[in-house]
Amino acid sequence: MKFALVVNEGPYQHQASDTAYHFAKAALTAGHEVPRVFFYHDGVNNGTRLTTPPQDDRHIVDRWSQLAQEAGLDLVVCVAAAQRRGIVDPDEAKRNGKDTDNLADHFRISGLGQLIESAIQADRLLVFGD
Amino acid sequence: MGTVKKFLYLNRTAPYGSIYAQEGLEVALIGAAFDQEVSMAFVDDGVFQIKAGQDSSGTGMKNFSPTYRALGDYEVTRLYVEKESLEQRGLTVEDLMPLTYEDEEDDYKEKPSIRIVDSTELADILARQDVIFNY
Repeated sequence: MKFALVVNEGPYQHQASDTAYHFAKAALTAGHEVPRVFFYHDGVNNGTRLTTPPQDDRHIVDRWSQLAQEAGLDLVVCVAAAQRRGIVDPDEAKRNGKDTDNLADHFRISGLGQLIESAIQADRLLVFGD
Repeated sequence: MGTVKKFLYLNRTAPYGSIYAQEGLEVALIGAAFDQEVSMAFVDDGVFQIKAGQDSSGTGMKNFSPTYRALGDYEVTRLYVEKESLEQRGLTVEDLMPLTYEDEEDDYKEKPSIRIVDSTELADILARQDVIFNY
């Protein structure tokens, strides 16, 4: 089965991103497809490479990046939600005159159309939120 | 575009206590451009999102409630409001914005988009959807 995932909460504050990650791993292990994970609302905060959790805790951002690298997940951060919350890739930083960027590896910034498109293409859309 | 799915946006939260309502509305408007069968539902504090006469000036937040009026133009013409949620909050349909759409199949007559349904009817509506976005 083909699953589209949406993560609506930031890392650590809520369990949503953890649950989505564990779901994605389990689904892939069971032979299902997870072509795209879309990060919306505070979920965009899962895409900052500046995250530095204590060493004895899980690194939620790196964990997503690694899974994307291994399994080819498309990790998409909503551009409008990201701009509000200061998540920027090099292009966005340049366009908005920012002195740095912070988008983590294997994430990309795109529009809400990507969310709708994955909902149309997937067999199931799962929303991980509060 | 080949596939037409039934999309429903399930709004559960009040308009200004968090950003779910405002960003959720953005998804619904973008989604409307994809030629899918789109409806919205308002339950719990979500019914406050379409209350008439909103004034957010004291909060410093933008009053985005006029945007709901655009839904009809985007062919989002089914806005289900749960009866029990209204009643629990002392609201009636008269307290809501008069959201309407023009019915292409009926000489562009202006018709109300808001449909009051009870929780059993809403459960049936949810069960018929292909995709549910909940905020």
